[in-house]
Amino acid sequence: MSELDFEPFLLSFKLAGITTVILFIIALPLSWWLSQTKNRFKPIIEAVVSLPIVLPPSVLGFYILFALSHNSPLGAFFEETLGIKMVFTFSGLVIASVFYSFPFMVQPLQGGFESLNKNMLEASYIAGKGKIATIFNVALPNIKPALITALIITFAHTVGEFGVVLMVGGSIPGETKVASVAIYEFVEVMDYGSAHIYSAIMLAISFLVLLGVYLFNQHQNRKFGVHV
Amino acid sequence: MIHLDVKKKLHGSSGDIELNVNIGIQEGEFLALAGVSGSGKTTLLRILAGLEDARGTISVSGIPWLDASKKLPPQHRKIGFVFQDYALFANMSVEQNLLYVKKDKELADHLLQITQLGELKNRMPNTLSGGQKQRVSLCRALMNRPKVLLMDEPLSALDPQMRTKLQHDILSLHKEFKTTTIMVSHDPSEIYRLANRVIVLEHGNIIQNGTPKEMLLKTKGSQKFTFKGELLDIIKADVIFIAVVAIGQQIVEVVLDANEAKSFKIGQNVNVGTKAFSPSISHC
Repeated sequence: MSELDFEPFLLSFKLAGITTVILFIIALPLSWWLSQTKNRFKPIIEAVVSLPIVLPPSVLGFYILFALSHNSPLGAFFEETLGIKMVFTFSGLVIASVFYSFPFMVQPLQGGFESLNKNMLEASYIAGKGKIATIFNVALPNIKPALITALIITFAHTVGEFGVVLMVGGSIPGETKVASVAIYEFVEVMDYGSAHIYSAIMLAISFLVLLGVYLFNQHQNRKFGVHV
Repeated sequence: MIHLDVKKKLHGSSGDIELNVNIGIQEGEFLALAGVSGSGKTTLLRILAGLEDARGTISVSGIPWLDASKKLPPQHRKIGFVFQDYALFANMSVEQNLLYVKKDKELADHLLQITQLGELKNRMPNTLSGGQKQRVSLCRALMNRPKVLLMDEPLSALDPQMRTKLQHDILSLHKEFKTTTIMVSHDPSEIYRLANRVIVLEHGNIIQNGTPKEMLLKTKGSQKFTFKGELLDIIKADVIFIAVVAIGQQIVEVVLDANEAKSFKIGQNVNVGTKAFSPSISHC
């Protein structure tokens, strides 16, 4: 058993933190739009958003790997024009995670916005407030459980990703070797002791995160009534 | 002065109807909007608020709110809206609900005082009773000193005592602010007490337009009073018949002769009135 190295965990949390922030910024306007629109293309967009839930991570990973490599126009643009290599780097990993965790941010937010009393939003418009002021002052504060669920689950889901990360990032220590990949490697070299410790840490963190979410939601439900 | 001439197709439970309303409303008027459900009352209110699209024109004190080329968004219409379900901001205290509309603490304090909510100003909406919530909603609607106050069955979810209290509040606020008010209501006593004009909608069209006195006092000719009721039963008692009629929550008996008894059917709606002598009122 080698000496424990916590760098993979730090990398996992860094990746999850950055992904969560980026996703919140992207998903907030999209989920709001989805919750309010009667556009007939809405089901198509919802289906695309939900794809990462059902796709095998290898399929998603393969497409992202291809898109980011110098074989695709996008990858070539990044590499030749901007001088940024996207494959097997932390930046590439962030992009892959954003796709992978997208539905976990959009769906709770959209569900939260849809459950809001429409009259409450209209009362805000009538009070002279625009959409942005209404989202931040009325909508988000009244869907706190959904908001917390979206943030925490996105973070936790990104920490827990494996297949996509392995395909897009490989396993470069300090760059793309996150906790889940590190465990896989311990098992491959039959270092079960380290694999046990890493796995136990992941299990404990995941449980505590989920417990926190459910405790918070129970508290909120008691405070604001069951309909929240 | 409000000029309103709007048309809109509605998909109601009883099929498609065309809302077609053309009215003028004087400044400071208190207009009651009545009619069976599905007749387009709420939609008309929402069109006025800018919450729903419609064809036609709306102008308020010479400013166009709606015409063929544009629709003024609700944010710029300077209206107050009281929803049937209160629609208070659940994340804000009573006072914050008012100040969110306009940071005018003096007006907020004044409104809360008139409606006797001063002591509750730091409470959250979910800790209030229905009547208290609706009073907060009423105060909130007046915070931007609206040109038009729209109320969609504001008192229908409240018990009779609370209704009377709120009718009193609405009346005193209307006297003080002189806001042109349009209220959807089904309750004749409420309409009589508050409104100076009633409009009745049916299938999207105005079928009646007049003062509450003309429209609600149903007495005809020499009738002294009359009540609408449902004929529950006709009982034969010796040579006469007794009709049992339900009027609101009360049951009354009226004597009929044999011919009259034949002309009525159990279950039909009837008017109970008297002509021969003046009614008297006693304490109950």
